[in-house]
Amino acid sequence: MNSVNDRSRDIGPFLPGADDDMLVCRCEEITKGEIRRAVHDGMWTMTEIRRYLRAGMGLCQGQTCSRLVKGIVARELGVSPAEIEPATSRVPMRPIEMRIFANEAEEVDADEK
Amino acid sequence: MKRYDLIIVGAGPSGLSAAIEAAKRGLNVIVFDENEKPGGQLFKQIHKFFGSKEHRAKVRGFVIGRQLLEEAAEAGVSVKLNATVIGLYQDKEVVVKQGARIKHYKADSVVIATGAAENMVLFPGWTLPGVIGAGAAQTMMNLHGILPGKKILMLGSGNVGLVVSFQLMQCGCEVVALVDAAPRVGGYGVHASKVARCGVPFYLSHTIVEAEGEDCVKGVTIAEVDDKFKFIPGTEKHFEVDTICMAVGLSPMSQLLKMAGAEMTDDPKRGGQVPVCDEYGRTSIPGVFAAGDVSGIEEASSAMIEGRMAGVAAAEFLGYIDKAELDKELAVLDKALDGLRQGMFAPANRGKAIEKTEEGIDISSNLLKKGYVSDDEIERFPGVTHKKGIHPVIECTQNIPCNPCQDACPKKCISIGDNITSLPIAVYEGDCIGCGMCVASCSGQAIFLVDEDCGDGTATVTIPYEFLPLPKEGTKGVALGRNGRMVCEAEVVSVKSATAFDKTHLLTMRVPKEYAMTARFFKEAEQEVSR
Repeated sequence: MNSVNDRSRDIGPFLPGADDDMLVCRCEEITKGEIRRAVHDGMWTMTEIRRYLRAGMGLCQGQTCSRLVKGIVARELGVSPAEIEPATSRVPMRPIEMRIFANEAEEVDADEK
Repeated sequence: MKRYDLIIVGAGPSGLSAAIEAAKRGLNVIVFDENEKPGGQLFKQIHKFFGSKEHRAKVRGFVIGRQLLEEAAEAGVSVKLNATVIGLYQDKEVVVKQGARIKHYKADSVVIATGAAENMVLFPGWTLPGVIGAGAAQTMMNLHGILPGKKILMLGSGNVGLVVSFQLMQCGCEVVALVDAAPRVGGYGVHASKVARCGVPFYLSHTIVEAEGEDCVKGVTIAEVDDKFKFIPGTEKHFEVDTICMAVGLSPMSQLLKMAGAEMTDDPKRGGQVPVCDEYGRTSIPGVFAAGDVSGIEEASSAMIEGRMAGVAAAEFLGYIDKAELDKELAVLDKALDGLRQGMFAPANRGKAIEKTEEGIDISSNLLKKGYVSDDEIERFPGVTHKKGIHPVIECTQNIPCNPCQDACPKKCISIGDNITSLPIAVYEGDCIGCGMCVASCSGQAIFLVDEDCGDGTATVTIPYEFLPLPKEGTKGVALGRNGRMVCEAEVVSVKSATAFDKTHLLTMRVPKEYAMTARFFKEAEQEVSR
């Protein structure tokens, strides 16, 4: 475990901020305050934040907000954003309808043969 | 499963360049792109590019896009559009969404050239409709012909913010302010200057306090920040705007590489999460390459070279060329890339405050704070000289890798020398014929032709002009200074357009001779009144 994720480290109490109600993840409507509180609830990595709050799990898959979320988590932990463990990248890389995701083409089209 | 020698993800400048180089060497290449049009960001770039001939300098971005597509077609590259790569699996299996179906392809080598996505910054109201990325504004204007807004505030003074601000004005928007939290303009001084002389005020060390409006942007408040980026009370400024453009950097879209298992690193200097790779784009997975912004944010010219490197490296990986040919090709490309990574804005100098040019001249402090070189600073640069009769005045004051001007002059009045980043020098012996090729060739629109004394108490100043409609001969108006403020009355003597100028028109205005060295832009009279 690296020192950033050393959970015995004291990060101090959660202090309410004036902009806590500002939306950060637009897709899942998660606010800055919710993210900051989640850090104090013990969510220190991007994967944990995603699973706990669903921030970055919506339509844009964190394309817009993941950098912002990372910045908020880093500030709360008092480290640099580059030190925050990033989220896992998974298929599908882009939002996709389930009916399409399940529609595997047997063969490629004639023009590609 | 259909197999290809090389699958490329992303049909932007680097992806297409990789495809061309690989296909030319016999590889069976396919390029997938999720967009309906190829070219990545190139077709939005209506400005002339910097560099030297080998970097396609002074060619407009969208023309470079066309050239790349033609070269790709000639080389036999197949480009699949509306084809979203959703996964990169073990053994280079590429999963693509095409139409309503999922298709699987197998590659022997892969080039990931997925580019980058725009960053956002948080402020109250940032989710209001009307807050958009600068790239989004460019897409609206230059691809779809839609005005992003009427009154716009631009956040970010890097090249994207500067270039897009200028384009917004070209399409008829008013840019009310250019704002950056940093204490210095981030982009090229020449880009800043062409925005500033149109009258856009620069607010460095300022950022957005809040965007106002109920269901869309109605206004914005900015304020000065201290060196810890905290707002300084009492410095608030308010603007009525309907659009706020964000040009606050890019983040590499490197998720495919990560899911494929490539070793990644978080590198703020390269824009975020990027693959660990060598200088030719080889990632930790043999046969998987990264090229362009996905491996570190730079710009299109270097992305094209990185793409070519990856394409050649892929050809060698699969045995289409031998190591000796690879080394030979890469040596040429190394030199080309090295040429672009020179000067004040080189990646190695990122974040550094450079105070002197390579020639030892003090950089204009006004340029970095206000976006323009002040009248008392301009004379110290070697391109600014005085001479009887018509002559070029080259207001190029920073070391950037660009040299089309020295080749443009048929009379060899302009010299840069072998060092591509040197400041251009007006050669005194050169006999200027006033053809204006230098004015049109300068990608930074920093060259003017001046006749300081026409003998009747007036002077003529020829400026690069890229706005429509073109003023007619005899039009009366005002000359604006480098700071965008009126310096004197002016009358249009001529407006020249030529194929060789490539849509940079040469507007010559007559001004009282005492303003020869300060009048740098022209505004028609009635426009001034309506402001």
